[in-house]
Amino acid sequence: MQANSRWFIALTLFLSMLLVVMPLPQQWLWFRPAFPALLVIFWVTRMPQALGVGFAWLVGIIEDLISGASLGTHALALAVLAYFSLLTYQRTRAFNPAQQLLWVFVLVGIHQVVGNWVHGLEGKTVSGLTFLWPALTTALLWPWVAPLLHRLCSRLQVR
Amino acid sequence: MKPLFTRGPSPEFRLLLLVPLAIALIVADHYTNWFQSTRERLSGVTAPLYWITGAPERVGDWAGEQFRSREELLEENDRLKRQVLLLEQRSQLLAAVKAENTRLKELMNSAEMVDDRVLVAQVIGVSPDPLEHVLLIDKGRDHGIDVGTPVMDASGLLGQVIEAGDTFSRILLITDSSHAIPVQVLRNSMRAVAEGTGDLYRLKLRHLANTSDIREGDLLLSSGLGGRFPAGYPVGEVMSITRDPGQPFAEAEVLPRGRMSRSRFVLAVIGDGGQGLASE
Repeated sequence: MQANSRWFIALTLFLSMLLVVMPLPQQWLWFRPAFPALLVIFWVTRMPQALGVGFAWLVGIIEDLISGASLGTHALALAVLAYFSLLTYQRTRAFNPAQQLLWVFVLVGIHQVVGNWVHGLEGKTVSGLTFLWPALTTALLWPWVAPLLHRLCSRLQVR
Repeated sequence: MKPLFTRGPSPEFRLLLLVPLAIALIVADHYTNWFQSTRERLSGVTAPLYWITGAPERVGDWAGEQFRSREELLEENDRLKRQVLLLEQRSQLLAAVKAENTRLKELMNSAEMVDDRVLVAQVIGVSPDPLEHVLLIDKGRDHGIDVGTPVMDASGLLGQVIEAGDTFSRILLITDSSHAIPVQVLRNSMRAVAEGTGDLYRLKLRHLANTSDIREGDLLLSSGLGGRFPAGYPVGEVMSITRDPGQPFAEAEVLPRGRMSRSRFVLAVIGDGGQGLASE
């Protein structure tokens, strides 16, 4: 990986962390897309030979430290997410946008289920399927964010 | 493209290594406070992110202040002057009452009343997790804040500090579902424990006997039991009571006095003047 690729990846992650802590009204908190998860899917699918489970785990630890969640919560969720992205990256690349959207929903859904499991362990319970909202909003963002990032990547020759 | 998995262990191996590590971290973080000092030291790096994302709001506030009309300012000035007059009159009365109270307490050989020292802090962020009620403020250990420092606003108690960095701290609000605070009813000094519910506008009283003397509209003050919160600060007002003879306990819902989601400035009570009934 080249130096400018590293910088670009770091920059996207920094922006996603800002979006993680961006203040939102209380009633909108559940609809905040899981931006780091979106980026992990994108980067693992784009450079599976360089970025994988360990990368996602580190991103998760940073997200935990920033968001104040129990250390390891997002690390666990993102590592699992990265593993599934890694298994399926060839198919994901071949999917049409609608299929990709659906697949991102499933992947982020897995991420949310793991996160919800950790919350349950800590005694914070949610009623129903509320915890899946971020999976939906993230999936809806995918068709906009992924092409944009792909274009930026080819412009900046990120490989 | 390079072939996949030429270097290093396979993804399965990494996953099998990192997942147990993450679970171990979660469990350790939940049951111990090993990472407390790490988090506090790193708050100098993590808290500025909250500060950056809060910037547009602050700019809006600033613009609102700068571009206010003369009439509005005059009106506000007038209102504040009247308020100051009122408060001054009240504080004069209070001084007399306080002196009398101190004298009586001296007669009873009980602990001396000392004024609490308060510190004004600005709220710079809110926890992104909808399941926890945590605020981030711009004051920390450098200003005398420590873990456990009670925090309030002009109308009531808000919560306590759970993580104190050098210049930033995190506050757990009393409405968080993992928080409970010992309270007493102002009218008859009956004690109870008010638990957070995860709802910003609701606390509930725990283990309240069916026959206990409590009514709608009763004001609850912190009792100072447990030594964490100073005694006598308003916590909330009883909204409704459900007494079901079939149940062992009555249920009381309490509306918190502190403005949990609307306070921009909060007061950290540092140096509790020994008013608490117990000390740690």
